[in-house]
Amino acid sequence: MELKTFRGGLHPPDNKKWSEKKAIEVCPLAEGDELVIHLSQHIGAPAEACVKKGDLVKKGQVIGTPKGFVSVPIHASTSGEVIAVEPRIATAGTMLPAVVIKADGEDAWDEGLVGGDPETMTPDEIKDKIKDAGIVGMGGATFPTHVKLSPPEDKKIEYLILNGVECEPYLTADDRLMLEDPDSIVEGILILKKVLGVDKAIIGIEANKPDAIETMTKACAGKGVEVGALKVQYPQGAEKQLIYALTGREVPSGGLPMDCGVVVQNVGTAAAVNDAVRKGIPLIERIATVSGAAIAEPKNLRIKIGQPLSKLVEFCGGIKGELGKVIQGGPMMGMAAVSLDVPATRGTSGLLLFTEDQVLKEPEGPCVRCGNCVRACPAFILPTEIAYMSRKGMIDEAEKLNAMDCIECGCCTYICPARIPLIQSLRQAKGAILAKRRKV
Amino acid sequence: MEKTLYLSSSPHVHEGGTTSQAMRAVIIALLPCVGVWFFSFGLQSIVVMLLCILGCVGGEAACQKIMGKPLTIADGSAAMTGILLAFNIPPNSGWWMALLGGIVAVVLGKQVFGGLGYNSFNPALVGRTVLLISFPVQMTTWVMPRTHEITSATPLSEIKMAVGLHGAIPDELKAQLGSVLMGGFGGQLGVISGFALMLGGAYLLYRKIITWHIPATFIGSAFVLSSILWMVDSSKYASPVFHLFTGGLLLGAFFMATDWVTTPITPKGMLIFGTGCGVLTILIRIFGGYPEGVAFSILLMNAATPVIDRITVPKKFGLVPEKG
Amino acid sequence: MISAVISLGGIGLGAAIILGLAAKKFAVEVDPKEEAILEVLPGANCGACGYPGCGGFAKAVVAGEADPSSCTPGGKSVLEKIAEIMGVEAVAAEPTVAVVICQGDNQKAQDKYRYLGIKTCASAQMLAGGPKACPGGCLGFGDCVAACPFGAIEITAEGLAVIDREKCTGCKKCVSVCPRKVIIMTPKSATVHVLCNSHDKGPAVKKYCQVGCIGCMLCKKNAEEVYAVDNFLAHVTYDTYDHEKAKAGMEKCPTKCIRDFAEGYPEGSTFQS
Repeated sequence: MELKTFRGGLHPPDNKKWSEKKAIEVCPLAEGDELVIHLSQHIGAPAEACVKKGDLVKKGQVIGTPKGFVSVPIHASTSGEVIAVEPRIATAGTMLPAVVIKADGEDAWDEGLVGGDPETMTPDEIKDKIKDAGIVGMGGATFPTHVKLSPPEDKKIEYLILNGVECEPYLTADDRLMLEDPDSIVEGILILKKVLGVDKAIIGIEANKPDAIETMTKACAGKGVEVGALKVQYPQGAEKQLIYALTGREVPSGGLPMDCGVVVQNVGTAAAVNDAVRKGIPLIERIATVSGAAIAEPKNLRIKIGQPLSKLVEFCGGIKGELGKVIQGGPMMGMAAVSLDVPATRGTSGLLLFTEDQVLKEPEGPCVRCGNCVRACPAFILPTEIAYMSRKGMIDEAEKLNAMDCIECGCCTYICPARIPLIQSLRQAKGAILAKRRKV
Repeated sequence: MEKTLYLSSSPHVHEGGTTSQAMRAVIIALLPCVGVWFFSFGLQSIVVMLLCILGCVGGEAACQKIMGKPLTIADGSAAMTGILLAFNIPPNSGWWMALLGGIVAVVLGKQVFGGLGYNSFNPALVGRTVLLISFPVQMTTWVMPRTHEITSATPLSEIKMAVGLHGAIPDELKAQLGSVLMGGFGGQLGVISGFALMLGGAYLLYRKIITWHIPATFIGSAFVLSSILWMVDSSKYASPVFHLFTGGLLLGAFFMATDWVTTPITPKGMLIFGTGCGVLTILIRIFGGYPEGVAFSILLMNAATPVIDRITVPKKFGLVPEKG
Repeated sequence: MISAVISLGGIGLGAAIILGLAAKKFAVEVDPKEEAILEVLPGANCGACGYPGCGGFAKAVVAGEADPSSCTPGGKSVLEKIAEIMGVEAVAAEPTVAVVICQGDNQKAQDKYRYLGIKTCASAQMLAGGPKACPGGCLGFGDCVAACPFGAIEITAEGLAVIDREKCTGCKKCVSVCPRKVIIMTPKSATVHVLCNSHDKGPAVKKYCQVGCIGCMLCKKNAEEVYAVDNFLAHVTYDTYDHEKAKAGMEKCPTKCIRDFAEGYPEGSTFQS
């Protein structure tokens, strides 16, 4: 099988061995547990709470209604009582509006949830069901799926690509999903194919998951879905790089995948779409990998949206050694959390606990122009130059050097011998450029 | 009290390399050649090398102390400059010349620009050039390998003189030049040191400290240009193989034209840089006033590096208009 | 030899004629008053006056657009010189100085996380709102120090920014660059200030800072006219400043977050009152 890939990138140790053989376990929810469900867990306008303190809610019930097209509703992850509707701390350390539910232990479903038959539904009806279920990109980007499935008339879509790459080290959630529930993914893909009106669908999987490749190939057989094996290279799962590797097309700078006739969805999203459309189940659970040297038992967990990260840690045997850093997501692009008392969201693909020793504390040195960052960059920009411009406040020059094309994959910073926080500067440059564009 | 967590921007992992590690790798890569140097020129050459290193490290420490900056001599870059400088001056140089060269290399070549990462010119070559212009006699008084006889003749200077006098390379010189490859001439070590340098270069390529771009284009363009000249008139111009193994071309191609700070960071830029160095080296050797061109060619190309970087900014991903 | 003299001399003469003509043809008319004012200005190009550099200010003064007292770094001496040049009366504005309203250095205030990254206040602030547990306190990375054209700010060994009241010229560059907005402009004559920038309630403040304002209002109760408390944070009302009354209120503060700079700078500072 020929392995496809893109240019640039690098190969960090994948550290998947800690959890890749562990079957998915359900992280338990006990009576009295508090779930903090933020009203903004997606890109786009936050939802508006439609419940108040004292209300009793059922599992899957809508507790927040969407505002506008690029927005999705929020649902209760379990049955219980709403004990507060107030700002609560989120991963980024900011206080954001949330609905806090105290579980009653019954985990009783909302009676009103009904499934449908995608064979008889129209694409628009399917999209409405997807929106009503609050489905967002499960790879971590949390972009509302129904919006992605609604490209403008003039954008002809030819390929549906499924992202089963999971290129971030440590994370094995998508891998286990593909091994344990491949049919759900494939059924979801068929629904997505119908909505988009495409007949070509490819699932991209990295070659370090040979079992998943085998399982998915079997599950797709005869259904008009292919599996594309990809070279193990980070960031193989980055949208633009994935599209290039599987189809040879380059997403235009500043554009979207639909500009070159492609739509990309995570395999977890496909499975969630299947649940939503056929069974009416909203997005109230997801799979997340808990790993890192500071966790006693790394596992792949099925967690409820809103469960505090401390609960996940508890279920995985607690902290081992001296805890240094908590990361939501993967180690290359994930966000460091201020504490374990923040809740899991729809975008929590992983929880990594790093020990004090694993935290990078080397002081920064001057740039020695080694060129490592230039060679590693999959977007073909000059990270060290842009970072320099950013730190000097020369935003126009940074823009000219294509700072906006940075995908923030972290390859440059990973490989920099001088330990310069390049991504921090690049992010600041991008923020400053956007602020400047808004003013003009 | 419970310790708080660490927070930083992503990524949260690193490949593990540091600038010091890279400097140490270069020093290790130079060791085979140091061995050949010692074997050919004896203890005095190592003493000279140590004095060069002392001058470099001491100069850097003194500068940083005076400027009130933190000391960075432990990163190995000053020591590396010292070793490279030692290869560029006669192994029988006086102690004062070695020390002075080291101090000038690091102070003028690096510290006044702002220290590591800020200099425009290769420090070792700055040191060598200043010494050459200030002390031309001492800098052109070499020793024969193994016999340690004093001589001011190097293969390249011999050729230049002969061509200048007779318009062609005399046959006896040609016969003598045959022994050049085995290190039978003053000032350089021939093919043995060449192989030691290539071994070091291979180590650097393996460790990914350098890429193939600059060495390949430097050596390649020098080889091609000297071949063309040799084919045009082999009585006046020496063979390309000769050019490759003399005058520190291999040292320049693997260790000095690949110096991170003073060379381009873009792959295309590196190709331009290497080609420029190779072409200029041959041109200076044949048509220029000095018999040896590697040092000057690299310094000239160092000056062009910022411009080269600017004009070879890579085409960003996604500039290709959509297909299909 | 003759030919060399003639040719070089000829070139020199030709160049001199061309330059002379150019100097006449392309001469820029400058109002002598503008040049005179530019001479007496401090030359820091700090922008406190609101004009682009000292050149811009000089032009504006001559055009009658700018108030000569806008040059706060220049102070009284420059104002008098400008007034003399322009032939107007020198009306001085009240000098102002910047004050960092925080005393929470790393010994007195707690961090909510340990920060690793670019060592500037702006960068640290972007990461989860900054490492300090207090949302308003000084981060101590020195963005203000870098912005001050007069070298009037220092960061103490314990990580607190302090401004030298004698060196500060009131140019406000530090105010605009501080991401926490913990630097305010105050009249130089007022020496008592409430050094806290947190609107959190008392118990919360006490958890993360030993010298924060807990909103107890004791200062206001003892010196009604000079203090105001707004959302659990006290501040001096500079319009109605009275030194004796301000000191009276200061004595009552239980957390000692009010300081009289005439008696000394915050702990750790090298500046002398």
